[in-house]
Amino acid sequence: MSHSLEAYLILSALLFSIGTFGFLARRNAIAMLMSIELMLNAVNLAVIAFGAFTPQLQGHAALIALLVMAVAAAEATVGLAIVIAIYRNRRTALVDEFSSMRE
Amino acid sequence: MPSILAVIEPGPPPVLPAGAIDPLLVTLLLVLPIAGFALTALIGRRLYARGWIIAVPAIVVTWLIGMFIVYQALFAGAYGPGLRFTLYEWIPAGDFRVSFNLLVDSLTAVLLIVVTTVGMLVHVYSIGYMAHDPGRWRFFAYLNLFMFSMLLLVLADNFLLLFAAWELVGLSSYLLIGFWYRRRTAALAAKKAFLVNRVGDFGFALGIMAVWTTVGTLNFAEVFEFFGPGGGVAGLEHWMVVGIALLLFTGAVGKSAQFPLHVWLPDAMEGPTPVSALIHAATMVNAGVYFVARANPIFAQAPEAMVVIAAVGIFTAILAASIAFTQRDIKRVLAYSTLSQLGYMFAALGVGAFTAAIFHLMTHGFFKGLLFLGSGSVIHAVHEEQDMNRMGALWRRIPITHWTMLVGAIAIAGIPPLAGFWSKDEILAESFLFGFYWVWAIGVVVAVMTGFYMFRLMGKTFYGKSNVDPHVEPKIHESPRSMTVPLILLAIPSALLGLAIGLPPADGVLHHWLEPVFHTATADILGREHHQFQLLGIDGVLLLIGAAAGATGVAAGIWLFGLFHRGQRTEHVESLTERLRPLYRASYAKWYFDELNDLIFVRFGGLVARAIWWFDVRVVDGAVNGIASFTQGAGRGIRTIQTGRVQNYALGIALGLLVIAVMYLFVVAR
Repeated sequence: MSHSLEAYLILSALLFSIGTFGFLARRNAIAMLMSIELMLNAVNLAVIAFGAFTPQLQGHAALIALLVMAVAAAEATVGLAIVIAIYRNRRTALVDEFSSMRE
Repeated sequence: MPSILAVIEPGPPPVLPAGAIDPLLVTLLLVLPIAGFALTALIGRRLYARGWIIAVPAIVVTWLIGMFIVYQALFAGAYGPGLRFTLYEWIPAGDFRVSFNLLVDSLTAVLLIVVTTVGMLVHVYSIGYMAHDPGRWRFFAYLNLFMFSMLLLVLADNFLLLFAAWELVGLSSYLLIGFWYRRRTAALAAKKAFLVNRVGDFGFALGIMAVWTTVGTLNFAEVFEFFGPGGGVAGLEHWMVVGIALLLFTGAVGKSAQFPLHVWLPDAMEGPTPVSALIHAATMVNAGVYFVARANPIFAQAPEAMVVIAAVGIFTAILAASIAFTQRDIKRVLAYSTLSQLGYMFAALGVGAFTAAIFHLMTHGFFKGLLFLGSGSVIHAVHEEQDMNRMGALWRRIPITHWTMLVGAIAIAGIPPLAGFWSKDEILAESFLFGFYWVWAIGVVVAVMTGFYMFRLMGKTFYGKSNVDPHVEPKIHESPRSMTVPLILLAIPSALLGLAIGLPPADGVLHHWLEPVFHTATADILGREHHQFQLLGIDGVLLLIGAAAGATGVAAGIWLFGLFHRGQRTEHVESLTERLRPLYRASYAKWYFDELNDLIFVRFGGLVARAIWWFDVRVVDGAVNGIASFTQGAGRGIRTIQTGRVQNYALGIALGLLVIAVMYLFVVAR
């Protein structure tokens, strides 16, 4: 346990960047969902860190983190369901193949 | 009494006892012709040669009813100042309420005499004249429509209803001028009549709107009371009164073919001859005269407008007479003569001699109707030839036509004691007595010219040696009885009407009939006092001058163009035309008015229209289309970034986030 807020925030920023990179660079839809989870967890980490170092936010931070987890779980469920549905139709999970939302 | 007649207009209470039959009869005057029109239009095609079987009896009955109403109004005095009643409320729109209300007073009754009598005789005449035309059912249907419109015009008791009738007679006129629509000239003439009339009607409509905005009602009684002495007119600016009068007069100029809108009437001769007789001589073209006479209080309040009317009238009279000198088409001579006589009527209205104008309207209706029907009979006899240079020596071959037309010619030339003399003399005498010496002087000149061109027409058509096509010559025949009987019946009033209602001059029966109608304008506004006719005074002198003028013209006409056995003095005519070559040519070309109109309105107007068209297409449409195509192009450009790939969008979001973060750091956090 470090006693520096910056350390947590740097870790959080690193994790968020990795997640962003993964979301933008990976072609596999499952991997992209995993990247999203990573970004959400980075944000959660930042929220908890703020909560730990700022007395007025203590209770609220935990609440926000729990809410984010719930949303993340729901998002993962829906996302996976969509990915599976697309996979069944198109026999692939590579997002490059899906461009039917074009103009 | 039917329920539709139950509402009686407020205003002067009707003299009639409740339940009187007269409103019903007046309504029938309108119902019969329109029913005849509808029936003939619907089933006429199946009637074949008997296309007239509905239309003509309908008008004969209309005539009988019309005569009864005339008797009631003029002789029995059953209607007092006028029979007014409302059929139904036509336009109930808030403040703007217009009823379908009708009026029979002595002026209407006088017009009814001309309209129903000439109308009935023309219908009968048409049975023979149109016997061989396959479109005769259409002809009779239109003719009935015209009768309805014309009767509505004289019966209407408010401006808007009169305007509707005004447009309806214009429509019937258009349909009948273009009756032989396969002939290009006829179709063009119909279009010309319609368009030229539009110009006048535009001013007329503006005038009616001006009446509405200033007076607040369109009913004749209330409007004329407003313009009468002690009416609300005192609160109006004088230029507004003059403006209203001139705008209304514009309509009359168009419909009665006065200068400068006179160009449509001669071309309207492309229609069948009975149409020329009925519409373009005896009735419709008089609508303008009737209207100005009807609206006499408005005009009397605007002396400047009256001078304009007199000037336009007398100028048209001399202009048209000068053109009639040289025309070769028999119907065109008569058409220009009609213009000239209408000019007389407007001159009379302009000097304030309303009764004289209506008197001339009446006599002219009969003798010009007669002359036109006679010319139709001539044209019929020489197998549809209208050029007078290819007629001649017809007087023994078609005697009834000749004698009746001779009566008409003497009547219009103003030789006493025939009808035209009395009415024309009254116009001239009153112009002089009211101080319009210039109107009187030009009028006398026109009287000479009238006698001359009418006997030129008679000479070239009936006397001297025959110039008829040798193939046609043996086949010349008098027209059937359905055509000659109307001629004879029209010759009687042409000869005697003046004696019957015009004597003594300015104090005849007609004057007593019409005095109540014109009293406000002449006595109360213009301040004219009743003038006792003096045979041995100024009136006698004027009478003599008028008669001498007509006689001079007639004598000159006879000297040059012959009478009975005496033929045309060809060498004199030729040397005269040779000496006056430029004048002759200008007169033959109708003083180049058609060319002038072509130059101003068709060519120059066309240029202006094209410029406006260019502006419309390039600038107005260009702006609208420009905005549309810019939007479309921008959309086309931007839509390429819509790739459908989720990672492109995500990149956009990430970059956007980055931009916001950087901006936060550099702008807000500082």
